[in-house]
Amino acid sequence: MASNASEYIKHHLTHWNSSTGFWSLHVDSFTISLILAFVFAGVFATVARRARVENPGRLQLFVEMLITMVDQQVKDCFHGKSKVVAPMALTIFCWVFLMNAMDLLPVDLLPGIAQFIGYHFFGMNPEHVYLRVVPTADVDTTFAMSLSVLLCIVGFSITAKGMGGWGKELLTAPFHTHHPIARILLAPVNLLFQLIELAAKPISLSLRLFGNMYAGELIFILIALLPWWAQWALGAPWAIFHILIITLQAFVFMILTTVYLALAVESH
Amino acid sequence: MEAFVSQIQSMTAIAAALIIGLGALGAAIGFGLLGGKFLESSARQPEMIPVLQVKLFIIAGLLDAIAMIGVGIGMLFIFNNPFLSAALEALKTAH
Repeated sequence: MASNASEYIKHHLTHWNSSTGFWSLHVDSFTISLILAFVFAGVFATVARRARVENPGRLQLFVEMLITMVDQQVKDCFHGKSKVVAPMALTIFCWVFLMNAMDLLPVDLLPGIAQFIGYHFFGMNPEHVYLRVVPTADVDTTFAMSLSVLLCIVGFSITAKGMGGWGKELLTAPFHTHHPIARILLAPVNLLFQLIELAAKPISLSLRLFGNMYAGELIFILIALLPWWAQWALGAPWAIFHILIITLQAFVFMILTTVYLALAVESH
Repeated sequence: MEAFVSQIQSMTAIAAALIIGLGALGAAIGFGLLGGKFLESSARQPEMIPVLQVKLFIIAGLLDAIAMIGVGIGMLFIFNNPFLSAALEALKTAH
């Protein structure tokens, strides 16, 4: 497959691009994240439709456990009135967890299958079949999610305070004053602080998830380069640690989204 | 030419080591403080342990963030060195 170690690493770090340049779509991230979203939505919708009080199955109990956990966290953090926050938090948690969990598959499994299909059915050179299976290890995916959260934050702010109210808050918080001249002088300072805060939220949200997943995937690739008798010694502890990281990062993404939305609707 | 490439690679290696190391230092100190406070408060009020544990994990996720971003950037420098590619491009166009 690859002639040496750095070729192997480079091959496993290249996306299945639709074209080249800034606007090229990472087809692998897009498709896998779409499939996982439908898996999550399909399973949860099926359980919801077949939900029953007597003799619930294990799947229904598991789904109820997840929903209860997310509901509890949202109740703790979000004190406004919205029907959208808890379902969004549930979606974020489950979807990000599923996407992160793709990192636990063996490094060569899905890319190997893709190379087989590419070679035997499409006559492609296996060297040029690229597949990266972890959508959240792709900056595009994490930024897509966090920019959507940014849109939600701005939307919730405007809904809760009105367009004028939000604009006023941008110019008068965090430094308040009643003196008219001081107000004019502090307005650009306030605006700068507010814009930086508003920009830091999606950037940190997405890069946190991306950094964790990219580093994890890269360490798995490096472990895959070891001889077969050494792989388990390093791979097993790292995989076990990574199970914690996967769940933690999905949970933190969900909590931070809820907290940001709560901050967006609260009035000073 | 070899001196040029080796200088870029050695500086990149030192840069990646600094990024990852300093990030790890900050994260480790932060986790130590966080864990210490958690253990103290658990000893004071054992009935608060479940609530505090959830908050512990949330703050641990936040602490991890910048360190992990640093690790991601460091790995990027090591395995897909942008400085080296830019320098080789410049060398190619210059010759």
